[in-house]
Amino acid sequence: MTTISKDDLFTYALRLGDDSLILGQRLGDWCARSPEMELDMALMNVALDLFGRARGFLTHAGAVEGAGRDEDALAFRRDIEAFTNVLLVEQPNGSFADTIARQFLFDAFDLPFMEALTTSADETLAAIAAKAVKETAYHLRFSAEWVVRLGDGTEDSHRRMQTALDALWPYAHELFEMDATEDRLCAAGVAVDRGALRGRFDDMLRTTLTEATLTLPKSAWRPAGGRQGRHSEPLGLLLAEMQWMQRAYPGCSW
Amino acid sequence: MSADRRAWDALDGVHDPEIPHVSIVDLGIVRSVTAAPDGSHVEAALSPTYSGCPAVSVIELDAEMALRQAGFRSVTVRRVMAPAWTTDWITPRGRDRLTAAGIAPPAGPAGGKGALLGHAPQVACPQCGSLHTERLSEFGSTACKALYRCRDCLEPFDYFKCL
Repeated sequence: MTTISKDDLFTYALRLGDDSLILGQRLGDWCARSPEMELDMALMNVALDLFGRARGFLTHAGAVEGAGRDEDALAFRRDIEAFTNVLLVEQPNGSFADTIARQFLFDAFDLPFMEALTTSADETLAAIAAKAVKETAYHLRFSAEWVVRLGDGTEDSHRRMQTALDALWPYAHELFEMDATEDRLCAAGVAVDRGALRGRFDDMLRTTLTEATLTLPKSAWRPAGGRQGRHSEPLGLLLAEMQWMQRAYPGCSW
Repeated sequence: MSADRRAWDALDGVHDPEIPHVSIVDLGIVRSVTAAPDGSHVEAALSPTYSGCPAVSVIELDAEMALRQAGFRSVTVRRVMAPAWTTDWITPRGRDRLTAAGIAPPAGPAGGKGALLGHAPQVACPQCGSLHTERLSEFGSTACKALYRCRDCLEPFDYFKCL
């Protein structure tokens, strides 16, 4: 039997937590600013689901680490270099089309990912995934429907949706990257083989974009580095807003 | 009355603040109750409906209060994630009460691929029973509901999503 290193498991749970936390925080910025009230509720519901699983992943990471850090310490008192989310989720909200493109790319990856994680040898990760997979099916239905509605909509909405997809598409590749940590956990049955999900992701994209009369972007650019803490500038601004209260008044609560 | 029965009855008086018409027992979120026969201790296991459900802490607190008021001196309320809660666990009585409160209960079994593209379930209007309804929004007033409208009686209504 393969032994699982504590460091590896901490890193993995942290990555999953950071992806959910940062995307949830991004979506939260739409609160009371969405194009329609129904969209406001939808985006906030998706954000809540993401925060829910972020809490589970970060709490687990803290417990595995065993250094006394809880979900709040990990969310609010780490510097930007210590965040391990993929670059896709930290990209600014932009227009509604940009937000939908980012969400769709993430959801189309996240559904097969969470499905696979339900069989993880780590019981906590598997339990969080079992909950998440059902929620993500709804997230994907929402974001895919909007890709179609905007893509197959007016000339203006079509143009905006295509521009948004072209801009965010390069960031999708990082979702499928494995490294030595995840390879070891994968061999131990804990982590998901991200590369194996690519086929389903590509199928989902092809089907949806065809229906949306959109073109699959062709850019060969593959930005990465989020897992190593190399982030884009917008994440710093997001963290400044998200963390200021705990930074100014450490441990404050109400 | 056995200590177990007393605990279940107490929990049957606790409600999700966002769905006040149905008890947490009828919602199926009480997974197990283990009470010491002499009533000195009780442990209840609850599973959250949605991972980000903001009502979870309130429900757990209310459950603890209800068990204390039922005479248990030592109370443990445990949160269980696996197996994940499903709308299949809502009891027939719970479904009736949802309908009576104007909330359409989940149509069909959970976990189908229906939540994916295109296959919206056929939802009956809780007011007039018509199946001539349409979805206004995938996400409604709370994480667990979608917003529908009846095309016959024209009333909008909440639909409890299959999960």
